[in-house]
Amino acid sequence: MAADGTVDLRGAPTPAPRASTLQRLARRRSSIAFLMTLPLIAVVAGLVVYPAGYAIYLSMLNRRMDAFAGFLNYEILIENDTFWMVVWQSCFFAVVAVLLKALIGFWLAHMLHHIPTKGQRKWRGMLLIPWVIPPALSTLGWWWMFDPTYSSINWVLAVFAVPAVPWLGEPWWARISVIMVNVWYGAPFFMIMYLAALKSVPEQLYEAAAIDGASSTQRLIHITLPMMRNIISITVLFSLIVTFANYDIVRVLTNGGPRDLTHVFATYAFQVGILSGNIPRGAAVSLFMLPALAVFAFFILRGVTQRNREMA
Amino acid sequence: MAEQNLSRRAALGAGAGVVAAGTLSAPAVFGQPTTTIRCGFWDHWVPAGNDVLRSLCTAWGGRNRANVNTDFITSVGNQNLLTIAAQAQSRSGHDILSFPAWEPAAHQRMLVPMDDVMGRLTAKYGPVTPAAEYLGKQDGKWVAIPAVSGTQMKPACTRFDLLQQHAGIDIRAMWPADNRRGPGADTWNWDTFATAAEACNKAGFPFGLPMGSFTDAVDWLGALFASYGANVMDERGNITVRGNAKLRAATDMAVRISRQLPNDVWAWDDASNNRSLISGRAALIFNPPSAWVSARRDQPAVGASCWTVPVPSGPEGRFVGYLPYFWGIWNFSRVQGPAKELLEFLSEREQAMAMTTTSSGYDIPPFLSMSDFPVWANEGPPTGTIYNYPIRPHHNARTSVAFAPAPPAMAVQAYNQALNTKLIARIVQGNETVDQAMGWLERELNTIKRGG
Repeated sequence: MAADGTVDLRGAPTPAPRASTLQRLARRRSSIAFLMTLPLIAVVAGLVVYPAGYAIYLSMLNRRMDAFAGFLNYEILIENDTFWMVVWQSCFFAVVAVLLKALIGFWLAHMLHHIPTKGQRKWRGMLLIPWVIPPALSTLGWWWMFDPTYSSINWVLAVFAVPAVPWLGEPWWARISVIMVNVWYGAPFFMIMYLAALKSVPEQLYEAAAIDGASSTQRLIHITLPMMRNIISITVLFSLIVTFANYDIVRVLTNGGPRDLTHVFATYAFQVGILSGNIPRGAAVSLFMLPALAVFAFFILRGVTQRNREMA
Repeated sequence: MAEQNLSRRAALGAGAGVVAAGTLSAPAVFGQPTTTIRCGFWDHWVPAGNDVLRSLCTAWGGRNRANVNTDFITSVGNQNLLTIAAQAQSRSGHDILSFPAWEPAAHQRMLVPMDDVMGRLTAKYGPVTPAAEYLGKQDGKWVAIPAVSGTQMKPACTRFDLLQQHAGIDIRAMWPADNRRGPGADTWNWDTFATAAEACNKAGFPFGLPMGSFTDAVDWLGALFASYGANVMDERGNITVRGNAKLRAATDMAVRISRQLPNDVWAWDDASNNRSLISGRAALIFNPPSAWVSARRDQPAVGASCWTVPVPSGPEGRFVGYLPYFWGIWNFSRVQGPAKELLEFLSEREQAMAMTTTSSGYDIPPFLSMSDFPVWANEGPPTGTIYNYPIRPHHNARTSVAFAPAPPAMAVQAYNQALNTKLIARIVQGNETVDQAMGWLERELNTIKRGG
């Protein structure tokens, strides 16, 4: 190379012999990209695609798992009253719990956002505690509080002469208890996501709105919510999927009772599949909501992508 | 090949070396275990229950030049069921595994037949209890051995003071710690039981009978149904709900009793009834001696007032809830012969007595001839409190498994979905008519049957 940066090609060696197909393939950017993503593809294939495929395969076997039964397990489930009760309860549980978590998380995020930065960290840490405790452990704590014989909540109620509540023994109280614990556990996740979203809303927008005389409700509706739409959509989608698949809270608190009236998909699948020795039908139960959730996820994510395009 | 010269001295030296090495290593070779048996036993509620099983295995291994590795797998969170399912799917894992009640039938094709072992044991100790045969013998052959460790019965653990005071029943006189019936034992039936439940409930000491979906609930109700001959499915898998007068009579009795229970029994698990007894709130529960053992430790006054008696009888006899464990050998095991020998050793009377004694009488051997271990007569206070825990000839009782005699593949589903307690719950808690509840039961059984 010359001092001015130019290259003198006159003395350059003759061009190398033509590269082989393999060498050219290896030099292509797409090939390198593929090779670099290969570990991730292997992980996804091994931990997502294979188990999902195997679950679908299992759900199409007979109870002894020695013959292909097609969609028989799904047909049997569709004709079963208890299963439809489980479908209804799973939807009720997931929708009510996610709604409450979203509302409480939104409210908490607003409260936190308006606390001075110095004290905010302390409150943020405390409010996150329910979310960082392993749910099986915290649910056990709740179970002790609801316990039929030694309920501490009933003990407190008795101080105020309120009659004891059969928290886990009466169907509606049991449903409320299960949802309550799920909301207690999941609301901090919404709070932290919404807090992050709130902090990213430019302050100038609020200043401009204040100059225009917008009320706090108007600012919430016309600035805060539109700016948080994407994060709200993704958080709700994520939480809905996780709540639909919830197992430990129902299992520890009620085991699906009384009279199967608190079963959700995961606990019912475990009861049918593992406890009752009918693994194919258990697999069918657990896969039943997959198409509905996939369609829901498709529309939510499409909305997010569209909004991102509009903003760009 | 190059010519090799070997001197006489070198040849002698080499020969001596070979002989010396062989002689010196011989004891070490013969001292080494040649077999390793991997056992996955149930993790006993009583910690000493694991120790005795481990020491018995070690002793057997020492005598038979075998390494016996013992793992103890908890049933908390159904960990043992998940382990069984995983090992069955992967066809790898332990050689010997403890199988809860319904699992031998579910995995019968993957288990080594045990007819030879059971043949020798029954020749020595007589027949096993019928419920163990129903669960462990499939298609005419034993697929697992009824285990001692972990096997339990569920007779009535009563508060004799409360029954005397509020129901006027002297339960200790009725069922003394002796091989005889006392006065009034013939009247110990479900009708007397229901009357006592009403009296005790009125006095503020209701019977602590769970009505949820856990085993204690399903088992006591299963015993009641069996004593009325109330089967919901016959041995060929035919549903026998419609027009079944015995089932209706049993249902009526169960409804009558459950109206006298605390209002939250629909959510009780297997520990709730224990707690109700230990806390002094319940006058009676159906349970193995574990509840009394806890009461003796935590509430000595309550423990000293407990007395275990047989389950009340019904029109078709007296049945007691039975929840056994089985020891089985996977057919992918490479040490099937030694594993069988080990299980036979563990099932012998001396070893069974060691396990039962260590567990304070909790573990019940499957052989009817082994109901005379001294531990049940000696435990206390009060001495003899669990004398009537095992079935004794004068009880005139049999073991029962809920939903027997239905084929196990179907009965297990009805059992784990607790169809019997839900039938009663629909009537008492859900305010359905008996016919509506029976209709629901029939539909559920049809669903189970349809899937095979």
